Amino acid sequence: MDDIRPRIRTFLGQYIREEVDDGEDIFASGYVNSLFVMQLVLFVENELGCPIADEDLELENFNSIDAIAQMVGRKTSVSQAS
Amino acid sequence: MTIQLTADQRRAGAEFAAFAREHIGPYADGWDTAGWLPRRVAEQLGERGYLGAVVPSEHGGTELDAITFGLLNEEVGRACSSVRSLLTVHSMVAHALVRWGSAEQRSRWLPELARGTCLGAFALTEPAAGSDVQAMTARADPADDSYVLSGHKHWITFGQYADVFLVFARIGSRPAAFLVERHRTGLEVVPQSGALGTRASMLAEVRLDGCRVPAANLVGRPGFGLSAVAADALELGRYSVAWGCVGLAEACVQASLRYADTRQQFGQALRHHQLIQHMLADMVTHTAAARLLCQRAGWLRQAGDPRSVQATWQAKYFAANTAAQSANDAVQIHGSRGVGGDYPVQRYLRDAKVMEIIEGSTQLQQITIAESAYQATEEVLL
Repeated sequence: MDDIRPRIRTFLGQYIREEVDDGEDIFASGYVNSLFVMQLVLFVENELGCPIADEDLELENFNSIDAIAQMVGRKTSVSQAS
Repeated sequence: MTIQLTADQRRAGAEFAAFAREHIGPYADGWDTAGWLPRRVAEQLGERGYLGAVVPSEHGGTELDAITFGLLNEEVGRACSSVRSLLTVHSMVAHALVRWGSAEQRSRWLPELARGTCLGAFALTEPAAGSDVQAMTARADPADDSYVLSGHKHWITFGQYADVFLVFARIGSRPAAFLVERHRTGLEVVPQSGALGTRASMLAEVRLDGCRVPAANLVGRPGFGLSAVAADALELGRYSVAWGCVGLAEACVQASLRYADTRQQFGQALRHHQLIQHMLADMVTHTAAARLLCQRAGWLRQAGDPRSVQATWQAKYFAANTAAQSANDAVQIHGSRGVGGDYPVQRYLRDAKVMEIIEGSTQLQQITIAESAYQATEEVLL
């Protein structure tokens, strides 16, 4: 599967002016406001094509570029295998 | 981006308008005066599928697209903000389950919510936690395979009628959402009265004292999940209120046009006085602009575009302001008659004030929109 980190970086770049490292916690850094959670979920679902279910709603799945990429990779490989 | 309604959307809008004209509008002043909405009204909304507007057809809903749902809120809101607020809070609960409920929760609750045989209410606000939801103190203590809820919610719209509440409480430090059925031991509903506006929205306090619910009633996940569950539901509420405000502003326009056309002062109809024309012009133009902002939010929402979030905040902010200013001017145009009970404009004014506070106060929205404008690139703001 292609590395989706560049797409995640591009998306975050629309909301965060500073450069964000792949492993950096975007919530702890204070870059984003309360609207961002919804915007991020919509991005992952509609632009990365990865439906988010209630069991995915863990901070660890969304708090960095690496975490998002890993969650999407995990869910995509599961859906392709099934 | 499409900038016109489809034929189906126009047809649906006309149907909503006809329903509201016949079944809501003529009674709205009476309900406001009584501070009471007959349960039959909720049944009528349910029979027409309006309470299942955000529920997928597989669960018995009518699954309206975002624009059509907006038109429903506009037309109902034009007739009565209290009835529109029922659509809002009920849809928020249904939407939270559609989006983040478990398969069991969806199959258990959505068919009844869609029919309106079960009414939902959104129980987040507390005496010390309004805009600042982080100040919430209601708690949910784990106990075996259940949670025990304690806390105090107030200003819960349609709390007097709700069969199930989406209650927000903390598990330790982590906020979470729970479905709490009305019949649960330890849940008490206390009617609230005396509100300035939306007086027929059957407000209630919800007191939770050792109210035990099964662990399966937890919606989404605690902590980060709560952000998504609450944010998603509130986002829909904000969208619904924004459209309702367009309807409310339109009601002000129509009432003012009618009155200014017939009322004679200084030898001519009010409509020919230039200072009245100033108010009419602003009212008409701002209402049209608010409607366009709502449509923009709707199209983005339908597309699942992340920009829909920002667009909805802008739409609600502008539409609530427009409703309040339009209602203020409508009363002014009606003069002394505007403050009496013979015309609905004083109800519009009281209802419009409420719109500037609920689902994100005007000030909270100003802060959020301004901060987002600094944060976002031009592409996001377009």
